[in-house]
Amino acid sequence: MEEKVKEIVQGYGGDLSYLVPIMQDVQKELGYLSKDALMAVSANLGVPVSRVYEVATFYKAFSLKPKGRHHISLCMGTACHVRGAEFISSNITTLLGIKDGETTDDLEYSFETVGCLGACALGPIIVVDGEYHGEMNIAKTTKLLKKLGKKV
Amino acid sequence: MVNLTIDNKKIQAEEGQALLDAARQNGIVIPTLCHHESLEPSGSCRLCSVEVGEGSRTKVVTSCLYPVAEGLVVNTASERVMNVRRTVIQLLLARAPESEQLARMAEDMGISPEPRFKASEDGNKCILCRLCVRTCEKIVGVSAIGFSYRGSQKNVCTPFHEPSNVCIGCGACSYVCPTGQIEMHTSPAGDVRTIWGRDFKMAACKVCGRYFAPEDQLQYISGRTGVPLEELMVCSSCR
Amino acid sequence: MTSKIKSFSELKQLQEKIKSARDPNRQRITICVGTGCLAHGAMKVADAFLEEIGKRSLAVKLDFRKTGCHGFCERGPMVIISPENIFYQHVSVDDVGDILEKTILKGEIIDNLLYANPQTGEKYVHEDEVPFYKRQTRTVFGMNSKVDPKNMDDYLAVGGYSALGKALAMKPAEIIREVVTANLRGRGGGGFPAGRKWEETSKAAGTPKYVICNADEGDPGAYMDRSLLEGNPHLVLEGMIIGAYAIGSNEGYIYVRNEYPLAVENINIAIGQAREAGILGENILGSGFSFDLKVSRGGGAFVCGESSALFASLEGRAGEPRAKYVHATQKGLYDKPTNLNNVETWANVPFIINNGGDWYAGIGTDHSKGTKIFSLVGKINNTGLVEVPMGTKLREIVFDIGGGIINNRKFKAIQTGGPSGGCIPEAYLDMPVDFDELAKVGSMMGSGGMIVMDEGTCMVDLARYFTNFLANESCGKCVPCREGLQRMREILVDITEGKGREGDIELLESLAVSIKDGSLCALGTSAPNPVLSTIRYFRDEYEAHIKEKRCPAGVCKALITYSVDPEKCTGCTLCAKVCPVGAATGEKKKAHKIDPDKCTRCGACKESCQFDAIIVR
Repeated sequence: MEEKVKEIVQGYGGDLSYLVPIMQDVQKELGYLSKDALMAVSANLGVPVSRVYEVATFYKAFSLKPKGRHHISLCMGTACHVRGAEFISSNITTLLGIKDGETTDDLEYSFETVGCLGACALGPIIVVDGEYHGEMNIAKTTKLLKKLGKKV
Repeated sequence: MVNLTIDNKKIQAEEGQALLDAARQNGIVIPTLCHHESLEPSGSCRLCSVEVGEGSRTKVVTSCLYPVAEGLVVNTASERVMNVRRTVIQLLLARAPESEQLARMAEDMGISPEPRFKASEDGNKCILCRLCVRTCEKIVGVSAIGFSYRGSQKNVCTPFHEPSNVCIGCGACSYVCPTGQIEMHTSPAGDVRTIWGRDFKMAACKVCGRYFAPEDQLQYISGRTGVPLEELMVCSSCR
Repeated sequence: MTSKIKSFSELKQLQEKIKSARDPNRQRITICVGTGCLAHGAMKVADAFLEEIGKRSLAVKLDFRKTGCHGFCERGPMVIISPENIFYQHVSVDDVGDILEKTILKGEIIDNLLYANPQTGEKYVHEDEVPFYKRQTRTVFGMNSKVDPKNMDDYLAVGGYSALGKALAMKPAEIIREVVTANLRGRGGGGFPAGRKWEETSKAAGTPKYVICNADEGDPGAYMDRSLLEGNPHLVLEGMIIGAYAIGSNEGYIYVRNEYPLAVENINIAIGQAREAGILGENILGSGFSFDLKVSRGGGAFVCGESSALFASLEGRAGEPRAKYVHATQKGLYDKPTNLNNVETWANVPFIINNGGDWYAGIGTDHSKGTKIFSLVGKINNTGLVEVPMGTKLREIVFDIGGGIINNRKFKAIQTGGPSGGCIPEAYLDMPVDFDELAKVGSMMGSGGMIVMDEGTCMVDLARYFTNFLANESCGKCVPCREGLQRMREILVDITEGKGREGDIELLESLAVSIKDGSLCALGTSAPNPVLSTIRYFRDEYEAHIKEKRCPAGVCKALITYSVDPEKCTGCTLCAKVCPVGAATGEKKKAHKIDPDKCTRCGACKESCQFDAIIVR
């Protein structure tokens, strides 16, 4: 892991202005930002750990916990909200037992809401493992999660 | 020199000076919370807000950062300004109802809590004035503490909420904290100081034997200044 | 196309060469693969086309092009057949064979793939006849349909980079004068005159000077910047290079939102191509001017759309804004003179240079010039991106271009300017859309998002939604925004849950004023707008929630009850099956009942009922 982090930091010339893209690349490589990974970024970049931690927790893109095997994103943009996205969000929470930003204990599912996916014609939208599912509603959401293997 | 008017009083100020400093030098009182003479202004508490401009073209700005300008007209107690100050204090009172200093400040300013704001019950007195973090970064230079998260989740902590191994136990953050949120404890014998969850072995003065500073702090000062550690092991009273 | 172009005349020769090698009468299939259409399955359709074209050995007589967003997102996947300009919509993989056999080979029109006017049933064959497109003025966005964003030749073929060639022969001050004459105002939300910003930056002391493209597009429901960057990255680059030359900057950044991977990919490809062609880098087109830029990604923070927070992010820090009493044009990124403009603002620049500032100023209203791309979304039939001259009436955008409200319901309000804007009720449908007019009614242009709402939208819930969004996105540095928005949210949540109190509306209004006056940055100062505008135009809804504990729109869960209409219920038991808490019960073929104590108002029953027998009150 430390080798990988060193490589990424050097790829950006060790320039600390690139802290955010560096952390994005580290997260992409390792799946999430562990404490060790963040300490390694701090050491290799010469930036105080407190700043690395601040940036890691400030930006929503970063995850300090491992993600689930299945990644579920629900768009909560205004257009989707107006088409009932919050009902779907409640449904997902009820079915999976996790809230926005959380992962199930068995590490099977991660759920997050996003500001806007920019595919408003298809709202409400859920993205599961990169695949877009449009015109969702409560019943379709339940079906979708069932298909993923969730016993409901 | 620059000529401007604050609360109908004509004053002179140095080019580039902040309104707050120019006002204070002329005996005009503007309340502050996140301001400290040894630190760059933060502009985060908004208590020092003033209204600048005239007629329909006025705006509310923070005097700690707004530079003086030739012919500027400033009102430090306009209705808009008083509303901002009242709201800021009421919001902070609801956030940190257990802070005595804040309560006293509110009383002095004649501001009572807004009952509709549900007072926080977590006992946390931090008002995010940022004095501790700024001090640790700029004056002490170790950045042992910092911010995490954002919005109302924002809080000051050591990374991962674990004891920091770059903290030198100097206690500057605790001294500068206006609400007493940052706690620093000393053992009854005086030989151990505890802050941010970490115990620091205190050094004893070579002369009087009193415990006066954490060894880590002295080592840090030695490293930064080049002064040998031995020479630093004397307390300020014995120097 | 890999050798460096060493002069403007060489560029013109290359454009000619590419154009003349292309037969305008040759058949071409163009398919949109912008993010919206991709979500609709457009890549599968595109792949199917390529496979079939291969199988039928049609590549020799047929061109195939994948482009970025065309704007008619409701109707994707969409295909255009040239040279006739036939427009097919809702194209599926199953239609691919037919399109090739019937339209391409035999010239036959496939009727059921044509766009039909939902009200009249009239069908349109050609793209320019379709009312959605016909009523627009697609000066900037229209080019998206003509270029493959990954192919620089397409951009050159339509005259791309001519404006740059022309600009490099002008003096920087002349270019700034054109942009000032044009009165191009920022398209990202601020509406600040771009020409003035360029002038300030060019006169500022200090080097290096930076030009930055703000592609952080955070307003939910707005995606025009994404579509421009994905679909026509060279247009944005060209605008930036012209600006950099005019300002005297040699270094730039494009700051793209983390959630736009395709935009990042395409802009990076375009930058690589531009560098190879000598359009970026040293001695651009032999002019002696050098400029290059880097692409940086955001980390997922709406506040980073604010310029000083964006700079902080670029500097490797948390996106906290700072006081702007000294403008960014004097001290911006790294405290150096910085000119930051939005994607769409940059995209307008080549047109101003090519056609002149006077031409641009001839479009639009007195103080809002040119055209603007709006994203029209929500309870609207023709969801998509719409470009019209400033000053176009709201009614025309919503009804003539947008096709009106879905399911023939009634227009209630339209939200413009995103979370920083306000909602506009029916009474103002005939207002011209421009910066100042929108501000007068309590809203703003913002980045151009337009969310359409019908009577099924609760305005109090909407205010709560926006306030919640902003409270979550607040950086937390200043007290009025961090603490104030939290308290506004608390009060709004109380109101939507039937716990609103007498005096809440007045408290919201007074908090709003303090937050507007006291906040550090534009996120805070504009955050109260949705609350203020919904109170201004829909105060009665607030009062119903507070005094009568009633939600007129039937949305706020705590204030509504679900029940079964015994006259309409057929006893199909569907609602009982989908009910997660067993509140809906009944025997087969007999009218069902909903137990109000168990009911969680999740809405599953209403959604599943085929007989419209669930009543929400």
